[in-house]
Amino acid sequence: MKTILSALLAGTVFGVGLTLSGMVDPNKVVNFLDITGNWDPSLMFVLGGAVITTTIAYRFIFAQDKPLFDEDFHLPTVLKIDSKLLSGSIMFGIGWGLIGYCPGPAVASIGFRPEEPLIVVASMLVGMLLFRTIARLRA
Amino acid sequence: MENFTPYTSLAGGILIGISASILMLLNGRIAGISGIVSGIFNGSSLHEKLWRLAFVVGLIGGAFVYANYYPVNIEPREHMTTALLVVGGLIVGFGTAMGGGCTSGHGVCGMSRFSLRSITATMTFLISGIATVYLVKTFLGA
Repeated sequence: MKTILSALLAGTVFGVGLTLSGMVDPNKVVNFLDITGNWDPSLMFVLGGAVITTTIAYRFIFAQDKPLFDEDFHLPTVLKIDSKLLSGSIMFGIGWGLIGYCPGPAVASIGFRPEEPLIVVASMLVGMLLFRTIARLRA
Repeated sequence: MENFTPYTSLAGGILIGISASILMLLNGRIAGISGIVSGIFNGSSLHEKLWRLAFVVGLIGGAFVYANYYPVNIEPREHMTTALLVVGGLIVGFGTAMGGGCTSGHGVCGMSRFSLRSITATMTFLISGIATVYLVKTFLGA
């Protein structure tokens, strides 16, 4: 129960942060990626603020043996930089640039203007399922 | 640069960092949205599904509450058709599943752990996003 409430709290803070930051506006995202046009560097401040805060906090958190409500830290075990990482990230960037939504803002925006985000999130889930199905068939 | 919002963007970014820190300190989890969302529909245990669902409920709820107090104005986009949203969404979903993360998982949490894999992924999707916007603007004029 504790882990569910803490996830709810973390999600809420994340949703407020995304909305306040302006990342929920796909126009702003596209303008951020439009470095040769009417460039809006705001999202550098979002990423910068998030990375600096998290880097400092992680230093203290990882000095502990374990998280407060679990027995272990669940960190990614895959460490290699392979073609899957690169192709996947290239694809994600293409989709991001095309529609101006990455997963976080797409999901959060359902809270205040659901029309576009619901289409994006539904398609995103199908895309994830498609990848998993292909990966399973090939395994 | 008439829409430049350094202060609110920085403040929002810090809140995202606080959220990622809460989730790691309390639950030992990475705040990666693509992974969290996809894990709800994955063949994981009920508890795994429930905490992820709670995070998503908070994510939507937090945006809902904030926008209730401070309405968010988003200019409608003429060229953004349903078909384009579907294609874009499919690519984002497929790509983040294949690349093991998105802006939050790789960009925020991974870079904050100095993970070489996440730094590579973040640079890659940033460059690919910039190139896509450039090509769309140049050849489609959108």
